[in-house]
Amino acid sequence: MPAAIEVDNLVKRYGSLAAVDGIRFSVPPGSVFSFLGPNGAGKTTTTEILEGLRKRTEGEVQVLGLDPWTEGAALHKRIGVIPQDFRFFEKITPKEAIEYYRTLFGTKADPGVLLEKVELADKANSRFDTLSGGQKQKLGLALALTNDPEICFLDEPTTGLDPHARRAIWAVIRSLKQEGRTVFLTTHYLEEAELLADQVAIIHHGKIIAAGSPAEIIQAHGKPARMTVEGSPTLAAYLQMNLGASAVIEDGKVSVTLRDKGDALKILTAIEESGLPWTTFTTTKDTLEDVFVRLVGQMDEGALKTEGAP
Amino acid sequence: MKLSHVGADFRIVTRTYFRNPVALFFTLFFPIILIGMFGLIFSTVGSGTVTVQVVNEDHNPNGTGYTPTSVAFLNALNKTSVVTVQLVSVTPQNFSTYLGQNDDTAGLVIPRGFENDYLHHTPVNLTVYTNPEAAASAGTVLGAIQGVANGFNLKAACNGGACAPVIGFTSLNVGSQVYKYIDYLIPGLIGFAILTSPMFSMVDIASSYRKDGIFRQLSLTPITRSEWLTSRILWYVGMTFVTAGIMIGTGVFLFNAHVTLTLGLVPYLVVGPFFFVSLGMLAGSVAKTPESAALIGNVITFPMMFLSGTFFQVSSMPAGLQVFAHILPLYYVIDGMNQVMLFANTSRAITDLLVVLIGSIVVFLLAVRLFKWRDE
Repeated sequence: MPAAIEVDNLVKRYGSLAAVDGIRFSVPPGSVFSFLGPNGAGKTTTTEILEGLRKRTEGEVQVLGLDPWTEGAALHKRIGVIPQDFRFFEKITPKEAIEYYRTLFGTKADPGVLLEKVELADKANSRFDTLSGGQKQKLGLALALTNDPEICFLDEPTTGLDPHARRAIWAVIRSLKQEGRTVFLTTHYLEEAELLADQVAIIHHGKIIAAGSPAEIIQAHGKPARMTVEGSPTLAAYLQMNLGASAVIEDGKVSVTLRDKGDALKILTAIEESGLPWTTFTTTKDTLEDVFVRLVGQMDEGALKTEGAP
Repeated sequence: MKLSHVGADFRIVTRTYFRNPVALFFTLFFPIILIGMFGLIFSTVGSGTVTVQVVNEDHNPNGTGYTPTSVAFLNALNKTSVVTVQLVSVTPQNFSTYLGQNDDTAGLVIPRGFENDYLHHTPVNLTVYTNPEAAASAGTVLGAIQGVANGFNLKAACNGGACAPVIGFTSLNVGSQVYKYIDYLIPGLIGFAILTSPMFSMVDIASSYRKDGIFRQLSLTPITRSEWLTSRILWYVGMTFVTAGIMIGTGVFLFNAHVTLTLGLVPYLVVGPFFFVSLGMLAGSVAKTPESAALIGNVITFPMMFLSGTFFQVSSMPAGLQVFAHILPLYYVIDGMNQVMLFANTSRAITDLLVVLIGSIVVFLLAVRLFKWRDE
């Protein structure tokens, strides 16, 4: 099955600055793809190029087999978009807004059904300027679905929303995937990407620095899982000697790397057999956020070192 | 162009507008305030030296030249220094229309037999035309003619011993014998509304919709820029009809205005907003920020607001400004409405309309081309 989105060597320059610098990725149909990056990394520029709102400088971009810039009109009938900080005509109600889009797209979308889907039915007749931030984003989502799109582009749809509103949007995103739609999600929240995305790409300074499923990225770039117990240096030495594993002691906590899932049981057994005193144990592993912070930090540090090099 | 798209956007504009009390107030009450305010106070405004067009019917009995008395009367008028006499060859019957069509503010008819009546102490009547829109000029002309006539009357009294004044005059208005200042003000203020309402709001919309991302949002739908702009033009055409109706109604009921309501007015109420909605969009599109958009809008709007014959007759302005007025599109809208509502001068009305129509098409195409939904 052809990819829903295919990007090859995409470049966008503003003067001498390359906001997007030769990125390539592919999004399979029916998947949730999350595009992550710090502010100014090139996320929104890339997203707008895919949506046909911005012209690229170089490279190949195909969305549903169409060139977004030259075939925008045809593409827009098949995609739904919520931009960052969605705004609409202030005196218009959600119901009227959907009726407006319905006429423009020539569809038979039912405002009641769409507003129910995004949990905004109770505000169907409230004017846009009286809606809260979360309710406005929900309306943006409902409008993006008016034309029954094959791909939904959601650019930071939950930024600034309270946890309840954020979870409501997540539920809609999950239902979009269940309906077989492709979702291109840009977000600041790593937790959101980890929860929702099948595939993730991390962009920084216009380049993709990591790509894959959240688990693959953590596996490739994260630290191994560790078990930690509160104990003495003697316990650390005992474990190192008996298990052959690296045991590190720091602030009264003994930390042992877990190489496979059976390791946790072996470590606990060895601790018990040592007869040495110990208390609370925990297991920890890197999250996508840890990996993201580390990768972005390493890249910035590298850039600083390069700049500072003689 | 899909009419369903235009209709859908038109419904959005209508709802937006009727849910905005300030906009509603300005549409319904502002025209009444304008007509009321200017109708009440404008006749007190002053002005300077005036050219008086003269039809001298009092020829010498042998048919060559004018009678010495009529020439002496006109020379005396010239010597007042407040008016300048200019002889024209028009029949007295067509004189009023002639003055109206040429934007002249004052005219004088010296009747046949003026000298004969004067010398025989038979009362004789001059006809003086003034333009109520140029109220101060009218006062100056009437005062000068009254003064000169008094001088001649005194002379007649000394020579003949009769003390009764011989020369009197009838004062009429330019264009028609029943027109008043308010009659001229109504087309001017309809023009004012045709200019200001679309210009100010479209300049604001063009820049704020871009800033708020609403144009980007619309660019992701099948509506085209020309469909969107057409719906806005239709809205302002509708608003112009309402405003014109209110202004005419207020003028008629409050000031007993006399206007000719003819279908010839309709094209101006359509083409005028067509031009200024497009121009507002164009001005808002070339500006980079809302602030510069407002500035560009003001630079275009304010000179037109005062120099196109809205409140002051263009012919009463200095020559340089008159030339400038003729390059302002609103001048042709107001002049055209004056021709159809007051002077029934169809040929000039059609010329004015063509100027505005061609300008509108050019500005509309430019606006559609230059205003972008999305970025390069």
